[in-house]
Amino acid sequence: MDELITYAPDLGLGFLENVKLALVAMVASLIIGTILVAMRVSPTPVLRAAGTIYVNVVRNTPLTLVLAFSALGLSDQLGLVFSDEPRSNSFWLVAMGLSLYTAAFVCEALRSGVNTVPMGQAEAARAIGLTFSQSLTMIILPQAFRAVVAPLGSVIIAMIKNTTVATAGGFLADAAAVMKETFDQTGASIPIFLGIVVAFMVLTMPIGFFTGWLSRRLAVVR
Amino acid sequence: MTENGDGAPLVRLENVNKHFGTLHVLKNINLTVSRGEVLVVIGPSGGGKSTLCRAINRLETISDGQIIFDGQVLPEEGKALARLRSDVGMVFQSFNLFAHKTIRENVTLGPIKVRGIARDTANKRAMELLDRVGIAAQADKYPAQLSGGQQQRVAIARALAMDPKMILFDEPTSALDPEMVQEVLDVMVGLARDGMTMVVVTHEMGFARRAANRVVFMADGQIVEENTPDEFFTNAQTDRARDFLSKILTH
Repeated sequence: MDELITYAPDLGLGFLENVKLALVAMVASLIIGTILVAMRVSPTPVLRAAGTIYVNVVRNTPLTLVLAFSALGLSDQLGLVFSDEPRSNSFWLVAMGLSLYTAAFVCEALRSGVNTVPMGQAEAARAIGLTFSQSLTMIILPQAFRAVVAPLGSVIIAMIKNTTVATAGGFLADAAAVMKETFDQTGASIPIFLGIVVAFMVLTMPIGFFTGWLSRRLAVVR
Repeated sequence: MTENGDGAPLVRLENVNKHFGTLHVLKNINLTVSRGEVLVVIGPSGGGKSTLCRAINRLETISDGQIIFDGQVLPEEGKALARLRSDVGMVFQSFNLFAHKTIRENVTLGPIKVRGIARDTANKRAMELLDRVGIAAQADKYPAQLSGGQQQRVAIARALAMDPKMILFDEPTSALDPEMVQEVLDVMVGLARDGMTMVVVTHEMGFARRAANRVVFMADGQIVEENTPDEFFTNAQTDRARDFLSKILTH
């Protein structure tokens, strides 16, 4: 127990990085995922194909590889630099990789939501003269979102836990990295281990409860 | 002859064909609808009535031939098609009210987003229309809270809110409980009296007799007979129509 108390400040700072990564990735992946689903249901074959290829490539690539590619491929080889400061640069590279990865899952959750919206809703939208993008953003996606709030919650929870893989993208400041560093110095400690587990549960469990409650509240009655 | 003249038809279908795979659902259809006319399309299920109705605002594409609305060949897609659809109201068998929007929002969405009308003006007009179809008191409810007959009357108000040049009715009473059919038909008869151009696919022979200027009988993808309601119901010319009428009118 003592080691947990001793290292709590360091671990806490590390955990704060997980929270920051999760917040950035949550906002970015919801936006990118929505754009992807718009592509996947669009009437334009090129957009549909691009969305399908993106989702299937990214979704089937291990996250550690996505993050390693962000750091080694995009940054080191292709010169994508967010910041001159290495730590900040690796934070944003990991945030980007995690967002792009999670967006594929957000897209697929939303797409299953789109499939719950009856055909007649889109027909009625077109019949009053809404364009495709209007009917998508005003009629289809709002109903799709409401149908998949709970599954989106699961995607977000998985994403939050995935922030612990940040090391793979060269970001060495998150709680998991601090934990490993501590263990390397002092030997493995079950209290530290459990402390981090509890910290993540405090973050993710309310999301599960909240999205469950929200999905019942927002459910579209037909 | 200009298409926009008073005497010119609002809709003209010329040699329209549609295939669903090997199924030939519309066979060489030629049909005109004049301004202010109420055209009722009747016939057995699977005869192509709904497909014909939905082709007029291109919810169904056609295989060949052409459809001319208000002097213009139906655009294939994009903004021009959206603009055309905004001028053609549509009332569906299953109402298709936007499930996540209130009754008022259902009626104002098109005017605000498609016509660019100010929200206040659109709201005021929506309340007038809802009042006209007898639903004003339910304006803030959601579609699922209304009965089928009420939902269908809202759907008519939603179509009217666009100030359409015509309204298509695709079996508007077929999904309703029997006691709700009349309230919807009453609204439709009112529209017909006010001079709205209407194409109505229906099994309601009473409505056809009361409100139609012309009846088109369709079977097997073809227009078999076209006549005034009186002539059609009392003196059908074809065996196919007489056979159909004998099955539905003897009960």
